[in-house]
Amino acid sequence: MTILYQGLIDGVLTGAVYALMAAGLTLIFGVMDIINIAQGVFVVLAAYLSYVLAAHFGVDLFVGILITMPALFLLGIAVDWAFIRRLPATDRTTMSILVTYAVAIVVEGVLTVIFGVNYVQLHGWYVTKSIHLLGFYLPYIYVFGCGMAVLLMAAIYLMLYQTRFGRSIRASLQNRPAARLVGINVDRVATLTFGIGVAVTAAGGMVFGATTAFNPNSGYDLISRLLSIVILGGLGSMAGAMVAAISMLMVEDVVASVWSPLWSEVVFFAALVVVLTLRPQGLFGRSFSRAQ
Amino acid sequence: MSRRGLIKPGLIALALLAFVLFPFVFSNPTYTTIAVFTLIYMTSTTAWNGFAGYSGYIPLGHAAFFGTGAYTFAVIAQHDHLGAGYGMFGLIPLSGLVAGLVAIPVGLVALRTRRHTFVVITIAIFFLFQLVATNLGITGGSSGLQVASPTWPGATYNDPFYFVALGLLILAVAASWTIRRSRFGLQLLAIRDDEARARGLGVRVGRVKLTAFVISAIPIGMAGAVYAYFVGQVFPQFVFDPLFDLSIALMAFFGGLGTVWGPLLGGILLEPLQQYLTFSYSVGDLYLIIYGVIFLVVILLLPLGIVPSVSNLLTRRRSGRGRASPPGMAAIGGDGDARAGLVAQSGTTP
Repeated sequence: MTILYQGLIDGVLTGAVYALMAAGLTLIFGVMDIINIAQGVFVVLAAYLSYVLAAHFGVDLFVGILITMPALFLLGIAVDWAFIRRLPATDRTTMSILVTYAVAIVVEGVLTVIFGVNYVQLHGWYVTKSIHLLGFYLPYIYVFGCGMAVLLMAAIYLMLYQTRFGRSIRASLQNRPAARLVGINVDRVATLTFGIGVAVTAAGGMVFGATTAFNPNSGYDLISRLLSIVILGGLGSMAGAMVAAISMLMVEDVVASVWSPLWSEVVFFAALVVVLTLRPQGLFGRSFSRAQ
Repeated sequence: MSRRGLIKPGLIALALLAFVLFPFVFSNPTYTTIAVFTLIYMTSTTAWNGFAGYSGYIPLGHAAFFGTGAYTFAVIAQHDHLGAGYGMFGLIPLSGLVAGLVAIPVGLVALRTRRHTFVVITIAIFFLFQLVATNLGITGGSSGLQVASPTWPGATYNDPFYFVALGLLILAVAASWTIRRSRFGLQLLAIRDDEARARGLGVRVGRVKLTAFVISAIPIGMAGAVYAYFVGQVFPQFVFDPLFDLSIALMAFFGGLGTVWGPLLGGILLEPLQQYLTFSYSVGDLYLIIYGVIFLVVILLLPLGIVPSVSNLLTRRRSGRGRASPPGMAAIGGDGDARAGLVAQSGTTP
């Protein structure tokens, strides 16, 4: 029984970090109708940036986010400017999948050239130590990572619901032509949203790199999980992404601890297939007509 | 038949002759190896285009069927009494059949969704296949399976593979061409242009899509079997390769999505390039960067692909100005490539 609860707790803690990364993905989709396949490799890129800062400049992992987050924000803006904006108008979403997939391959190639294919992991005192609480072992990195993810998501929510810019984002999300008509610069909102959606991978990448050994190839595994999460939650729904992330990671961690880690990932994708068979628009998806 | 009506069959016959003569002219194993891979990819992209190009659904998980074919071949080949000669090629149709059978449940699930959700679910299902192959005992797990090397002489070692792959390619092209000209193909094109309207006009949308999906999986499964025999080993990450999905999509887009000849052109131009880059830069993995950049350039600058662009140009030149579709119209949903197909047909039926 303890193993089961341990799995559930781990699922909630890691799920929060996945929720943050998935929130970026779903926000981008909601505002721009773009699916950013490169999100996974951006997470890996962020992990490598944290790695370089920690290994060569001795910057603490959590402090390093203050540097990596703006860097990834700028990268997001650059990718939007260079590629996303220039997509042909017909069937933009599908084309965006192909283009961002290509971006992901380029970034993976660059990372491979620089760092090689050997696995690395991030280090800090909180990576190896655990809190012993009520009979459960909670690694500090899980607790801190979860706390940071919750803070950042709260910040995104505050931005979305309390600021003027957030209102522009929500307006663009609901109805782009109407938002344009009332004077919102929809293109600028889209660019900044893309930047923000990519910037959250900085935090996610650091926690990912500290909890998992990674190499440039790890992006595929990540993006398939993140996509499963956002599709399961319903594309464009932030709340859906959070619920889906936490429940999926709970299922995965429970399966990993009571059955076998080998099959936990299979359960992950199988759950997605089952849910989509029953509910093609995802758990919190908007009606199918809007999603087209 | 008019003289113009003979140009196209003549060109096809010439191309076929060139393909048949190739291994005799360039007997260097490096070239024939690249040629075998090129044929495998041309087959795969043609088959993929037979579903994606005509229906407008873009699956990025057909590597699942490539891997299924490869593993079917490798698992059966583990039984030693089958020998290791030409007879092994008899397993290729079986591998295609298994891939087709596997495609039925995959299609049933994936085709419940549309557009981008469809793309994403095919990617997810693909990763499911990769994981299962890595975890199962029968597939040898992450250490993969070995296939016994064939017994024929080493000097012309590649040639049997080459001709089997060529035969497979001819089959795939014939299937694609037949679909394109059939009532079934028209139904697919109708789905691509407006699925709701196609349904309203009496097209059995679900059945047509699923049939096309399964048909597209079969040659890819067979290509996977050729790959397994040719390479001699099957690893989960090589036969279930996300780059395979992207490569065949890129080839189809590059040549012209939804045309019969475009994927062939894309395959014959890009696969040797990829092989060359892999040979030359495998140490630094520069080929990933170069390949990704080519993809970006193709999608952004040439979204219509080569064949439709050239067809439009020819149409414009033949019929004066203003009748061809404007350049830059996207391949999916636009009528540019549909018209290119009509041009291609009018060449053979005067």
